[in-house]
Amino acid sequence: MKTTDIAVIGAGPAGLSCAVEAAKSGARVTVLDENLKPGGQLFKQIHKFFGSREHRAGIRGFRIGQQLLEATERLDVQVLLDAAVYGIYEDRLIAYITDGRDHTIKAKKIVLATGASENALAFPGCTLPGVMGAGAAQTMINVNRVLPGKKIIMVGSGNVGLIVSYQLMQAGADVVALIEAAPKIGGYGVHAGKIRRAGVPIYTSTTIKEVLGEEKVEGVITASLDEKWQHIEDTEKRFEADTVCLAVGLSPLTELAWMAGCEFTFIPPLGGHVPIHDRNMESTLTGVYIAGDITGVEEASSAMEEGRLAGVACAESLGYYNEKQALALKNEIWDRLDALRTGPFGEGRFTAKLKQLEARRQLA
Amino acid sequence: MMQKTGVIYQGFRSEKELAEIPGVPSDERIKKGSVAFIECAQEIPCNPCEEACPYGAISVGKPITNLPKLDEDKCIGCGSCIAACPGLAIFLVNASKSKGEVSFPFEYYPLPKKGDEVDCVDREGNIVVKGKVLRIIKPPKYDATAVITVVIPIEYIKIVRSIKRLGRS
Amino acid sequence: MRVLHHPILGDETRKIDATIIVDGRKIPAIEGEPIAATLLSAGIKKFRETQKNHKPRGIFCAIGRCTDCVMTVDGIPNVRTCVTPVKDGMIISTQKGLGEWGGKK
Ligand SMILES: Cc1cc2nc3c(=O)[nH]c(=O)nc-3n(C[C@H](O)[C@H](O)[C@H](O)COP(=O)(O)OP(=O)(O)OC[C@H]3O[C@@H](n4cnc5c(N)ncnc54)[C@H](O)[C@@H]3O)c2cc1C
Ligand code: SF4
Ligand code: SF4
Ligand code: FES
Repeated sequence: MKTTDIAVIGAGPAGLSCAVEAAKSGARVTVLDENLKPGGQLFKQIHKFFGSREHRAGIRGFRIGQQLLEATERLDVQVLLDAAVYGIYEDRLIAYITDGRDHTIKAKKIVLATGASENALAFPGCTLPGVMGAGAAQTMINVNRVLPGKKIIMVGSGNVGLIVSYQLMQAGADVVALIEAAPKIGGYGVHAGKIRRAGVPIYTSTTIKEVLGEEKVEGVITASLDEKWQHIEDTEKRFEADTVCLAVGLSPLTELAWMAGCEFTFIPPLGGHVPIHDRNMESTLTGVYIAGDITGVEEASSAMEEGRLAGVACAESLGYYNEKQALALKNEIWDRLDALRTGPFGEGRFTAKLKQLEARRQLA
Repeated sequence: MMQKTGVIYQGFRSEKELAEIPGVPSDERIKKGSVAFIECAQEIPCNPCEEACPYGAISVGKPITNLPKLDEDKCIGCGSCIAACPGLAIFLVNASKSKGEVSFPFEYYPLPKKGDEVDCVDREGNIVVKGKVLRIIKPPKYDATAVITVVIPIEYIKIVRSIKRLGRS
Repeated sequence: MRVLHHPILGDETRKIDATIIVDGRKIPAIEGEPIAATLLSAGIKKFRETQKNHKPRGIFCAIGRCTDCVMTVDGIPNVRTCVTPVKDGMIISTQKGLGEWGGKK
């Protein structure tokens, strides 16, 4: 049977950062990802990242992805692709399918870095071809280089909605409008500024009433919402559009954590039910760590830091780092994570993450 | 219903917000020559602008959510900070000549050419005036972000923030 | 439509080097790209019809999760086209309902 020191499930920014950090210590690391290419959501992120130099600010996401892949090669991390993990059993036995066949691998430590999936939204016409996740559109334009449509309506003004609107225009589409049900724009003002300058109107307190079309999207009818989130009569607007992109939040992909038996807590700002973890990113199961969007949806920069943290912690518990070495590394990472979770946009997540840690303490 | 103003409602900074943020230079400084105009109005975790300035004219400090503060006397208007800003929120303005100049980051295809007459737009994307492209720079270290400088009537230097995207042929 | 020029990613360097047949129509493709990408490049948005009400469906997640994009590929139904790479000469058909092995109906 295949064995490894540390098995990382998911080759997104969290999983790859974890693998690199753990491999630096000398540990044997195997990364499993269901896709044919590694990188998770990172290769579709072609914008320059925020943060500071230590967070690789100012560097475009896909270039960070390339750097991470180069590092995994340099450090002899084994990356198994087309490896969909479907089960985690006793003694950290992992079952996965490659090319339709069953395989297993046994690990001393497991890191779950499975990411998140996009939420859907129900409205008349929501299943018509042309209605898709904003991340789906982002994948199509930036990874596959095809436009899903020419005239786009974006729903949701969080950073994903704002960034993907901008990137759709960079790929040559027009964004007809961005609508947001809340009375305020959710994402960063600087991201909103980019698309406003390009002439995209942002309608707050507005929702989709109906998507028009028989075989595919042909138009959208929007309506304004009052303070109680009810449609206001006679506020309908009609837009010509061939594509509707939904950027209405992400939910952590936690099936494997449930199955493995991790305990959960419910924290809406992190995307709902999230596995409980401690300061080392260890879940309630000894030897099973979690990192990235699975622990609560944030962004790629914090996913990478959480990955590193889990990597250092695994290496420490396997004896590749002594306590002092590990603590020095962890202190740096905790500082960087805290830096990303400050300010009016970060504070909410900071408090939410504290709650998640608190849940761990209560169990102990 | 009255449209509420401000970045969280409209997606761009109102004049009132701009007047209050520490990245915006004084009118006197703008008249003396090219200077950075930093429209970063929310406390987000970010500081590449601070590192990008070779003259130490931008300070963010700790925590990195502080708003970037411009020392307008140290700024020589070199423009190095423009492409470093992931928020595309830094511009360069110059009112020292009879015509005004504005430089801005631009990440669309295609680029205009030097000397082209272009439609200049405000923060809401409205075409407000014609301008002439004075310069386009895009060195490798900007990593695909172009910085375009347009010449416009001087009264527009605080209004024009980009150009209308050009059509793809 | 393909994105041939891009301000950040640069010009497209891959070449059209394959053809797939979709409901009898020949579509130029790039070997290895997801089938769904080829279809969108040709403006095809409807990938299947639902079992009961024959409602059209297209891609939704593009990362292999939602199964909205399934089609019949070389006679095998329920293939997620957003994560299945193109091979030259593939025969693809819009899937009706749960599909059928052999790809008729
Ligand atoms: C479609 C999409 C677009 C996004 N765009 C942006 C953006 O532009 N900017 C931004 O800041 N944030 C964006 N986000 C948020 C994003 O989640 C984070 O930026 C970051 O990618 C999270 O990293 P991660 O490593 O936790 O997860 P991911 O990057 O999602 O990586 C997880 C990986 O695990 C794999 N996996 C999951 N389950 C299994 C399994 N059972 N077996 C094997 N492999 C498995 C997945 O296929 C994936 O490759 C986006 C999210 C999504 C879903
Ligand atoms: S324009 Fe040059 S000198 Fe002025 S703040 Fe920017 S980088 Fe510094
Ligand atoms: S780099 Fe740009 S977005 Fe970041 S702090 Fe500086 S001005 Fe603001
Ligand atoms: S579009 Fe969701 S599985 Fe293919």
